[in-house]
Amino acid sequence: MAFEIIESCVNCYACEPLCPNQAIYAASPHFLIAAEKCTECIGDYMDAQCASICPIEGAIIDEMGVALNAPGSLTGIPPELLAKIDQQGTAAVL
Amino acid sequence: MQLPVLNSESSGAAKSGCSSHSCGSTDDQLGHLPEHIRQKVHNHPCYSEQAHHYFARMHVAVAPACNIQCNYCNRKYDCANESRPGVVSEVLSPDQAVKKVMAVAATIPQMTVLGIAGPGDPLANPERTFDTFRQLSEKAPDIKLCVSTNGLTLPDCVEELAKHNIDHVTITINCVDPDVGAKIYPWIFWNNRRIRGREAAEILIAQQQKGLEMLAERGILVKVNSVMIPGVNDEHLAEVSRIVKAKGAFLHNVMPLIAEAEHGTYYGVMGQRGPTHEELQKLQDQCAGDMNMMRHCRQCRADAVGLLGEDRGQEFTLDKIEAMDIDYEAAMVKRAEVHAQIARELEIKQAAKDAKQQLVAIEGLKAKGPATRPVLMAVATKGGGVINEHFGHAGEFLVYEASSEGVRFIGHRKTTPYCEGGDTCGDGESALDQSLRVLQGCEVVLCSKIGYEPWGPLEAAGITPNGEHAMEAIEDAVAAVYEEMRSAGKLAESAAVQKAA
Repeated sequence: MAFEIIESCVNCYACEPLCPNQAIYAASPHFLIAAEKCTECIGDYMDAQCASICPIEGAIIDEMGVALNAPGSLTGIPPELLAKIDQQGTAAVL
Repeated sequence: MQLPVLNSESSGAAKSGCSSHSCGSTDDQLGHLPEHIRQKVHNHPCYSEQAHHYFARMHVAVAPACNIQCNYCNRKYDCANESRPGVVSEVLSPDQAVKKVMAVAATIPQMTVLGIAGPGDPLANPERTFDTFRQLSEKAPDIKLCVSTNGLTLPDCVEELAKHNIDHVTITINCVDPDVGAKIYPWIFWNNRRIRGREAAEILIAQQQKGLEMLAERGILVKVNSVMIPGVNDEHLAEVSRIVKAKGAFLHNVMPLIAEAEHGTYYGVMGQRGPTHEELQKLQDQCAGDMNMMRHCRQCRADAVGLLGEDRGQEFTLDKIEAMDIDYEAAMVKRAEVHAQIARELEIKQAAKDAKQQLVAIEGLKAKGPATRPVLMAVATKGGGVINEHFGHAGEFLVYEASSEGVRFIGHRKTTPYCEGGDTCGDGESALDQSLRVLQGCEVVLCSKIGYEPWGPLEAAGITPNGEHAMEAIEDAVAAVYEEMRSAGKLAESAAVQKAA
């Protein structure tokens, strides 16, 4: 049972000091979670700490590969619009 | 009729040597401040309009983490070609930052101020931020330290800030009403949870106000930054201004929202527009009745280096500073000399101004002509308070208003330097078109020189190019041109009539 940080991480350090297990560490090209240390914060906090401060939708996923912060959940930008921008670029969409 | 420079301090305050007269709207109030506060701001480019012509600042990007989300910010901030808050090219460790600061201080002796401003929130990175401050206060005691914050954790940090002798703090306060805040902040991280909506805004506002009061109690100077977002908080900001002043803020900086779709921010993507120059100026004037207003902010990057409006960051990348060998003891001697020289220069200018002021007062009694309409003039300058920039090299214009009341600084407008124009714009608009657009509303543009080519289009747009006042003090030149316009009978008619003609 562990979360994972993926390539959309912007290396902002916000999660690192919050982890109750010191499972998060700076690495290249982005921060990583030591799977053997991660407890998903169960027993320590109501909400997973890394996922509660992470500003990037989709940067942290669970074991099923599901994003802890779904598209649009942090910025409020409608997910359909985000998906379109990702595919076609801002100029084409807006 | 000669024009007085508005906002010059009264004679009683003139002899401090701090020379806090100004072409801007903030420094007139500096004249009324206690000496110890004036000493704190006289060489701080972000707190004194006058100082920003002479003194430089730098930011070090040691603070990447943030504890809130703002709708005008995108945390994917790595871009070398953009100049706006929250954007940086490389995040530094505290040790790297200290090295960079000392390299810049030795190379640019007029750099007086080091700020930590992000790219996240400095107080959400307390260890990295305070480690940087701690080292700098030991190794470079001649540099002023300041910090800007969203305020969420400010109350917990006030003691630590006071300990490091940080006497300038900027808090970004966009609202005092949680219903307004809910439209600006989608979430905050608070007590180990992500909190959303109105509740989040309520907590943030309470923390900001508490932090402001705590700083004011300790005599730490507070500047409040507010982002003007049309339709969201524009009508609310006058109240913000009143409240933060009542709680002890020293200066209010209302900045225009920057929201381009390609920045990927919520506002950018959703088509929220920023204010026009006129809307911004109107709000700043409205707030000015209650508060010292800052109008010379350039909304710089979290790793900016140099005078406001310039960025010399590329001279101080990590690999370049690694190769520099800095003797800071020697640098401090040189820096003190340069600072003293600037102070002398300002004193001489102030004395000349005071003398002229008295003359104007006497002449004013003799002949008070009919009131004339105000005129906006744009100025190309690269610092020093004089007209010393070629039109084609200007990356920005300072805008002054001349009226029968005198000359006052209104703000600045960015552009792409005409001589570097062409393909850098990217959006099909030529650099000259862009300059014509940003100069809208101005009737004169003063510069050290101007080429033949832009002359015609400027005149066609109702903007008279003027290169006759090169190297003259800005306010003097603006006043002189206004006087020429008055003599030529150009000031009685309305601007609209003149444009139509």
